Amino acid sequence: MIRFSDVTFTYDGAGRPTLDRVDLTVGEGELCVVVGPTGSGKTTLLRAVNGLVPHFTGGRLVGEVLVDGRSTRDFPPRELADVVGMVGQNPAASFVTDVVEDELAYTMENLGLAPDVMRRRVEDALDLLSLHELRNRPLAILSGGQQQRVAIGAVLTASPRVLVLDEPTSALDPAAAEEVLSSLTRLVHDLGLTVLLAEHRLERVLHFADSVVLIPGDGRTLVVGPAAEVMRDSPVAPPLVDLGRLAGWSPLPLSVRDARRQTGPLRLRLEGAVPSQTPPVDPEAPVEARLSKASVHYDRVVALDVVSLEVRAGEVVAIMGRNGSGKSTLLSQLAGVRPPTSGTVAVGGVDPSSLAPQALVARVGLVPQDAGIILYSNSVGSECAAADRDTGLRPGTTAAVLERVLPGLPIDRHPRDLSEGQRLALALAIVLAPAPPLLLLDEPTRGLDYSGKARLVRLLAGLAASGHAVLIATHDVELVAQVATRAVVLAEGEVVADGPARDVVCHSPVFAPQVAKALAPDPWLTVDEIRDALHLETVDG
Amino acid sequence: MAGAASRTTNPILLLLIAGVVVYVVAARRTSAPWSRSIVVFLRLGVIVIVLRVLLVIVFGIRLPGHVLFTLPHIPLPAWAAGVSIGGPVTAEAIILAAVQGLRLAVVLVCFGAANSLASPYRLLRCLPAMLYEAGVAITVSLSFAPELVMAIGDVRQARRLRGRPTRGLSGLRGTAVPVLERALDRSLQLASSMDARGYGRRVPISRGVRRWAGSATAVGILTLLAGIYGVLVAGSLPGGGIPFVAVGAVLLGAGLATSGRRTNRTRYRPDLWRLSEWMVSASGAVVVGSLVAAALVGDPGIEFSVYPLASPTLPLLAVVGILVGLVPAWAAPEPTTGVILPNDLGQGPVAESEAGMPPVPHQVAHGHDGAPETLVPVVLPGGAVP
Repeated sequence: MIRFSDVTFTYDGAGRPTLDRVDLTVGEGELCVVVGPTGSGKTTLLRAVNGLVPHFTGGRLVGEVLVDGRSTRDFPPRELADVVGMVGQNPAASFVTDVVEDELAYTMENLGLAPDVMRRRVEDALDLLSLHELRNRPLAILSGGQQQRVAIGAVLTASPRVLVLDEPTSALDPAAAEEVLSSLTRLVHDLGLTVLLAEHRLERVLHFADSVVLIPGDGRTLVVGPAAEVMRDSPVAPPLVDLGRLAGWSPLPLSVRDARRQTGPLRLRLEGAVPSQTPPVDPEAPVEARLSKASVHYDRVVALDVVSLEVRAGEVVAIMGRNGSGKSTLLSQLAGVRPPTSGTVAVGGVDPSSLAPQALVARVGLVPQDAGIILYSNSVGSECAAADRDTGLRPGTTAAVLERVLPGLPIDRHPRDLSEGQRLALALAIVLAPAPPLLLLDEPTRGLDYSGKARLVRLLAGLAASGHAVLIATHDVELVAQVATRAVVLAEGEVVADGPARDVVCHSPVFAPQVAKALAPDPWLTVDEIRDALHLETVDG
Repeated sequence: MAGAASRTTNPILLLLIAGVVVYVVAARRTSAPWSRSIVVFLRLGVIVIVLRVLLVIVFGIRLPGHVLFTLPHIPLPAWAAGVSIGGPVTAEAIILAAVQGLRLAVVLVCFGAANSLASPYRLLRCLPAMLYEAGVAITVSLSFAPELVMAIGDVRQARRLRGRPTRGLSGLRGTAVPVLERALDRSLQLASSMDARGYGRRVPISRGVRRWAGSATAVGILTLLAGIYGVLVAGSLPGGGIPFVAVGAVLLGAGLATSGRRTNRTRYRPDLWRLSEWMVSASGAVVVGSLVAAALVGDPGIEFSVYPLASPTLPLLAVVGILVGLVPAWAAPEPTTGVILPNDLGQGPVAESEAGMPPVPHQVAHGHDGAPETLVPVVLPGGAVP
C-alpha cells in the first residue's frame, strides 16, 4: 500500500539528508508504528507519504514514494487527499473550519462528493469515533482528546486507504489516548485501513502495532519488522521491553498481558526485596508554594474548585488528571498569571500575581507546555545573554546553567532549529538561572524521547536534592514513576488524591506505569528499581 | 441596524438601537469563542465617544453657545485655518460631539453583534461557488484577528515568565515580533493542512475555455468600472454609463462562472432559507424602513439639533420600528451549541435601556412578555402608515 523505494530526502540548506536511502513497504490493513529518537526524521517520513514533503516543504527528494500505486512525484498532496488522510502533531492547528460537523465534511466538499454521500459518511464518522454529542460544538472549545478524534474523523470521511498520524497521543491523558488508539485499531480491523503512526510514548502504542519501523537516526539504516524483533536492540524502548531485556524474557513482552504471563520467575527473584524508599521530605523544610481554598473561574467554567495544597522544598510533586482537569490552571496560579477568584495563593509567603515580572522570576520559574513560546532570540547564545539582562544576573550565568543542564549545545543555533529536548533544556536553563526556589513544569515530556526523558529525570532529582521544590503537570505516568515523590490527582478542578507517588499511582488503573501493572500487586514502579533490587540480591547471595 | 443608526442623530433612538442589538445577541448567542466579540466592540464604542469629545474640547470647531469653560488658546498659522487649539468650549459643541460619537459607537456595536452571532466560516458557505476562492482568502484573514488576540495573550504571559515588562513601549515592541511570528506559523500550518485535505483540486478544462474565461473576467471588470464612473460623473458617457454597467456585469459573471466550473466542489448541508430567516431579514428591513419613512414624513425627532439646546423628543414611528429589531431574539433559530437562556443574560441589557429611556420601559416589557406574534401585527401597521 505504501512503498518507499530508495528514497533520500535533503532539506534545503541541510548538510546531510534527513532520510537516507529508505526502502520500506507497508502492506494493506497493517498498523505500522514509526519509532526513533527525537530529530531522527519520523515526521519527515510521514509527510513524505502524502507528498507534503517535498511539495510543501521544499528540499530535494530522490527515489520514489508510491501510495496505492500513485507516485508523489506526479500527484501533489491535494490530489492524494482521497487516498491518504494526514493528521498532524497539533490537531488544533490543522482545523480549517470552526464547527465539528463542518470540519468532518471539509475534505469531502473539496473532493466534490454528492451531498447525500457526505451526509451518510459524516454520520458514520460521528458514530465510529463517538463524536455524535459534539457535532455542533465549536472546535476551539473541545478538549485535546476530542480535537484529536475530530481530526481523525475529518480525514476518515474521505474514506482514504491510508491514515498517517504524527504523535496522535502526545497531548492526551492516558484514558483519552487509549480511546483514540482503540478507535484506530477498530478502523484497521473493520475497514482494512492501513495506518502509519509515529509516537514517542511507545508504552501506549506498541501492543497495537503489527510492524515497527525503527529510524535509528545516526545515519544507520532503517530497521523494519515485527515489534518484538525490532525492539530487541532498539535504542528507544518502553519500560516493559526494558524489563523483558533485564529479566531475559523471550519473546519480549509488548503488552502488560504478555508480561504478566512471564513474571513468575522474576517475582521469585524479587521476593523479600522492597523498592528503595524515597527519603521522606523534611517536615521542617520551608513551604515554597501554598494554595489555600483557591478557586478559579473562567467565565462560567470552574477550573479550580477550593483547592488547598502545600509544597515543601525538596519535594517533586506530580499533578495528574485528565485533559481539562485544572492542571495548567494550578501551575499558572502559582506563576502569578492571574489572581485566584477566591482563596489565596502564596509562593514563599507572597502572592505571586502581585509581583513585578523581575521579582517573580526570582521566586518561581514556569516552563510552559510549548517551551518555544518563551524563546525569542535568534540564537542560543543571544537567548542566554538576554536572560541575564532581563533578570539582572551576572553575564554568563544562564550559559553556565545551560552547560550544566545540557552540555555542548551549539550557541549559534537558532532556537527554532533545536530538537524538542534541546529546546526544553534551553527554556529550563533560562528559567533556572535566577535560581527560583519553586520550579513549575507543564507537560515537559511532550516530544521527548526516552533518553531525553532520562536526562530530565536526573536533572529534576538533582534539583530536588539541592532544595528546590518542583511541580510537574503531566500525563506521562512513566515520568511520574521515575521522579515524583508525591502525586496529586485533579478531577473537575478538585483534588481527588494526594499522597506518596507510589501509593497514588499503583492503586489507579489509569495512572499505573507499565512495570506496576505487570508486577501488581507488588509496588514496583520502574525498571531501575528492579535492577537495583536484583543487584542487591546477587551481592547478598 | 447599522444602516438605521447612521440615519439618525437622536441619542434616544441610538441608545434604543444599541439596547435592541445587545438584547438580541444576549438571547441568541452561543458559547463559541467568537461570540464574545460584542464585548470588545462595546468597549471600542465607549472609547470612540470619549475620544470624540476630547478631540472637540481640544481641537474642535468653536461653536457659539453656552460657554462651559475656556482653554488657553494657541494661535496657529493662517494655513491651518479651521483648526484651533484651545479656546472657549461650549455645551453645544460637547453634546454634538458626544452624539456623533454615539452614532459611530452604535454602528460599531452593530458590527460586533454580527460578529458575535455568525461565524465567518458560515458566511463563506453562503457564497456561490465561483466566488469561493476569494471567499476563502477573506475568511482566513478574518480568522487571523482572533488568532492574533490569542497569540498576544500567550506572548505577554511568556514575557512575564521571562521577567520582562509586559506593559509600556518596550513591552509592546517585544510582543509584536513573536506574535507575528506565531501568526505566520499558524497560517503556514493551515495552508499545509488545506493542501493535504484536497483544497484546490482542479477539474481539467480546455485551454481555450480557460483563456476565454480569463479575458471575459478582465474585460468585464474594466467595463464595469467605466460604467460606474459614468454613473457617478454625469454626462461623461453616453446613456449615463448604465449600458456599460450592464455589459460589464454580464461579462464578469460569465467569466467567473466559467472559471468556477474548474473547482469541482460540493456543499455539505447548505443553510436553508426558511421562514425564520425571512423574519430576521424582514425585521432588519423594517427597522431601516421606519427611519427612512420617518425622515420622509419629516418627523423632527430623527435629527437631533443643538440649536436650540433641548432634550431630544421621541419619534413614535421610529421607536416602534426599532423595536421590531427585537424580533430575531425569538424568531431566529435556537443556537445549537451551549444555549444561554435569555433569562440569565437578557435582563441586564433590558434594565439598562429602561434606565436610559423613561418613556420606553412599558413597551420593552410588553415585548419581553408578549409572544412575537402579538408584537409583529402591532408594529406593522405603524410601519405602513406613510
